[in-house]
Amino acid sequence: MSKKRVVSATINGNTTEFLCEPRQTLLEVLRNVLNMTGTKEGCTNGNCGSCTVLLNGRPVTSCLVLAVEADGASVRTIEGVACGSHLDPVQQCFLEGAALQCGICTPGFIMQTEALLEQNGHPTEADVRFHLAGNLCRCTGYDKIVRSVLAAAEFKRGEATT
Amino acid sequence: MPTVYIPPALRDLTGGVETVEGKGQTVRAVLVDLEPRYPGLTAKLCIDDALRPGLMVAVSGTMSRQGLRTPVPANAEVHFLPALGGG
Amino acid sequence: MATGEKRKYKVIGTRPLRHDGVDKLTGRAQYGADIRLTGMLHGVVLRSPHAHAKIKSIDTSAAAALPGVRAICTSADFPDQVGRIVELGEGAVNMRHLSANVMAHDKALYKGHAVAAVAADSIHIAEEAAKLIKIDYEPLPPVMEVLGAMRDDAPLLNDDVRMTEMGTVKPETKPSNVAAKFLFTKGDVTAGFAKADIIIEREFRTATVHQGYIEPHNATVLWNADGKVTVWMSTQGTFTARQQTAELVGIAVSDVKVVPMEIGGGFGGKISVYLPPVAAILSRKSGKPVQIQMERAAVFEATGPTPGSFMRVKVGATRDGKIVAGEAWIAFEAGAFPGSPIAPGCMCVFSCYDIPDARVEGYDVCVNKPRSNAYRAPGSTQVAFAMETVVDEICEKLGVDAAEFRIKNGAKEGTRRVDGPVYHRIGMIETVEAIRDSEHYQSKLTGPNRGRGIATGFWFNAGLKSAVVATVNLDGTVSLIEGSTDIGGSRTGIAMQLAETLGIAAEAVKPQVADTDSIGYTDVTGGSRVTFATGIAAVEAAKEIQKQMVERAALLWEVDSASVKYEDGKVIGPAEKSFSFAELAAKIHEVGGAVIGHGTSSSAEQGGAFGTHCVDVEVDPDTGKVQILRYTIAQDAGTAIHPSYVEGQMQGGVVQGIGWALNEEYFYDDKGVMRNATFLDYRIPTCYDVPMIETIIVEVPDPAHPYGVRGVGEVPICPPPAAIANAIHAAVGVRMRDLPMSPPKVCAAVMQKK
Repeated sequence: MSKKRVVSATINGNTTEFLCEPRQTLLEVLRNVLNMTGTKEGCTNGNCGSCTVLLNGRPVTSCLVLAVEADGASVRTIEGVACGSHLDPVQQCFLEGAALQCGICTPGFIMQTEALLEQNGHPTEADVRFHLAGNLCRCTGYDKIVRSVLAAAEFKRGEATT
Repeated sequence: MPTVYIPPALRDLTGGVETVEGKGQTVRAVLVDLEPRYPGLTAKLCIDDALRPGLMVAVSGTMSRQGLRTPVPANAEVHFLPALGGG
Repeated sequence: MATGEKRKYKVIGTRPLRHDGVDKLTGRAQYGADIRLTGMLHGVVLRSPHAHAKIKSIDTSAAAALPGVRAICTSADFPDQVGRIVELGEGAVNMRHLSANVMAHDKALYKGHAVAAVAADSIHIAEEAAKLIKIDYEPLPPVMEVLGAMRDDAPLLNDDVRMTEMGTVKPETKPSNVAAKFLFTKGDVTAGFAKADIIIEREFRTATVHQGYIEPHNATVLWNADGKVTVWMSTQGTFTARQQTAELVGIAVSDVKVVPMEIGGGFGGKISVYLPPVAAILSRKSGKPVQIQMERAAVFEATGPTPGSFMRVKVGATRDGKIVAGEAWIAFEAGAFPGSPIAPGCMCVFSCYDIPDARVEGYDVCVNKPRSNAYRAPGSTQVAFAMETVVDEICEKLGVDAAEFRIKNGAKEGTRRVDGPVYHRIGMIETVEAIRDSEHYQSKLTGPNRGRGIATGFWFNAGLKSAVVATVNLDGTVSLIEGSTDIGGSRTGIAMQLAETLGIAAEAVKPQVADTDSIGYTDVTGGSRVTFATGIAAVEAAKEIQKQMVERAALLWEVDSASVKYEDGKVIGPAEKSFSFAELAAKIHEVGGAVIGHGTSSSAEQGGAFGTHCVDVEVDPDTGKVQILRYTIAQDAGTAIHPSYVEGQMQGGVVQGIGWALNEEYFYDDKGVMRNATFLDYRIPTCYDVPMIETIIVEVPDPAHPYGVRGVGEVPICPPPAAIANAIHAAVGVRMRDLPMSPPKVCAAVMQKK
């Protein structure tokens, strides 16, 4: 076991310091050191997308990022999406659109959608399907997820014009 | 009188006959009525006075959880089937 | 959209927001792996690298000496199990086999079979320790395929397995890999085929596929100093998990409490236990709570997939398109221990049709793969693939429309199944009519290498046991406690049935899933049973509340309770007295204690579920890739409680079926090692692979449920492989009879045809 390192990162807007071993992934630290269990583990090899977080605004599978790599970075997780007691538009559209069944993949989909809508306010169905192809869902068949993402994009466009 | 469908694997006990008639108001009573005519039938279907694990009885197309106690109406059909679950 | 002229119900058929939605959207919901206990250790399971091997010795001394290691267990730590057959809610299980599956005894029977486990202060220490365990294996030849395993000279997996028929073993039967034979007959099949003008007989194979839930198995167990064991886990059934755990570690059922955490998908794969008994032993030995989470590779290699199969199906029909006879021979790979869904497979193969003379023979066969488990309509998808492609070929040869043929021959009320019973009211034909009349089926498909196919599927739908308790709160809401773990929004579906019966809003019900000490016995969330059976229990509880509310109103009004009635969410008394539910709820304490309603249900069976699917595909003849262009599913839901989640089940089942049809399979090398145990190589569909899935909810109410509910969860997975195979044939003229219909196979078939 090698020595633990001190890592300082901005997590959901808060400056956070934590200790971790160099071999620990960002996912492991979020869940087991910081007790932020909203980010889910599905495969630990980057294939399912359940652990997606935004690292400096870019979606990453946190199981493939070492926690020490987050030093000095900004990390956004599912716990930082809702604003106080208000759901974010993406969350609200997923809720209204019945876009989740078991819900284990949902945090990853929300984070991936946040990233998409940051880049592209007018995604087509094909854009959505392409962008979300790295996130696996085994329950829904994706239909209601894709519709909810499109609805969230539309809602955000409406918000932007008012 | 209730009609009992003999599972294919047990038809050596009934001389190859598919359905037999047995008197009784419960599955147990029907089997008691059948046993003298088809010796060994009960032992194949039951163990310790209950249906064998993995078996279920259906009366007139409805699976029952009550096993040998299941009521059998006068003109009912009785089937012995593998118990089913699901995913 | 649901069919039906006028809205019959106030709550049922609406789309309220699910009660657990916000928790799951914000990351607050607690899944099995999210629980954190003081002093908690992390466990790792060491698994066999061999598909078939004798375990000659296990040396754990080096592992035990590693600092931070707190406990190690092997099968020696588990009590001996005789080969007792125990009913575990969803079926009978041989306890010796279940125990040997959780931790290998003297033999490892598949790659990934658990052989030892370690608990340590951190997961990394546990992983290092597991590598230090020395196991002396004597590798044996594996047998990986069902027909090979049936041969007399095949390597034998279990020396205590003999072929049973109707639960009994014929004298002098030798040990074999064939664990069971099933036979179903109806009429005289030879005479039936003699009447046929056309007979099609084909052979089919399907690969081993996995449920593929995104959340790996997990368990956190505390074996307390008082001998009481608490298990926090992700499971489809807390009560069966409790019973399996208690039996496997050798303590009383009441000494185990299972706390259901949120569950990240199951599809049948989270009924058998794998980790709780292991974590329990490690907790007992270390005196601390132990958490184990399975790695994804272990989920593939060591938890229940659905069987690979070999099937031969023969169907005869007359020139005018009437099926006269059917015969099927089916063998399923049980995996390492007996127990494949061969019986339902046999019972489903001809279940969509009215066939006068039929015979089905089936075999349950052990092979060196993980012990198979239920997967969404277990056994039915395999046989639907075989039967529905044979039906399509008959339609092609006779030149009749595939939908009209199914309507003409479809099973209906009064049809006798090959396994004997006669159907009550079912909606098979209605689903075919819905597809026939759909815009999709009526539309013209144009373009090269494009084709359309349809297929129908059936699943029984289980009943089983459920319990709920409902308590009226003073603010007019009702707290609902149920034992059914909620995988896909069932909390809301049950709450809606309670709300409908009470005449209150769905939002006024607060549903909660409780642990095994806090609610009455409830069977698994599986078999498409929860909305049906737990729904019945909720309706019962609501009726009990109605009765008590009437009595309370009578006391408040000081009238005879016979003059008070409950109607439409109101309690109405003499002289135009009336209370709304909320008004009365606020006053119940003036004339008594809490108003609590209980409900239980114990029905063995609900009406069967049918679905008919229509798919358009485009085949790339150069690569063999099959693209799904359009997909429509029509399914009989009886009565759709929450249409969004009914659609969700239909869409999810279809996409799982598309994966099964086109890509998913276990690749084994010649040593019996799975070579694609990751989500990268075991390719489940992504959203980029599929279009929107159009849904048509058909409603033929099931008379066995007060609101006519039929389970909807399982049957949507059954038709896709056959529908897609039929569409591929329409597109490029080749018949695919081997799942998955992956690009290399489709490409080879197209080349061969050229």
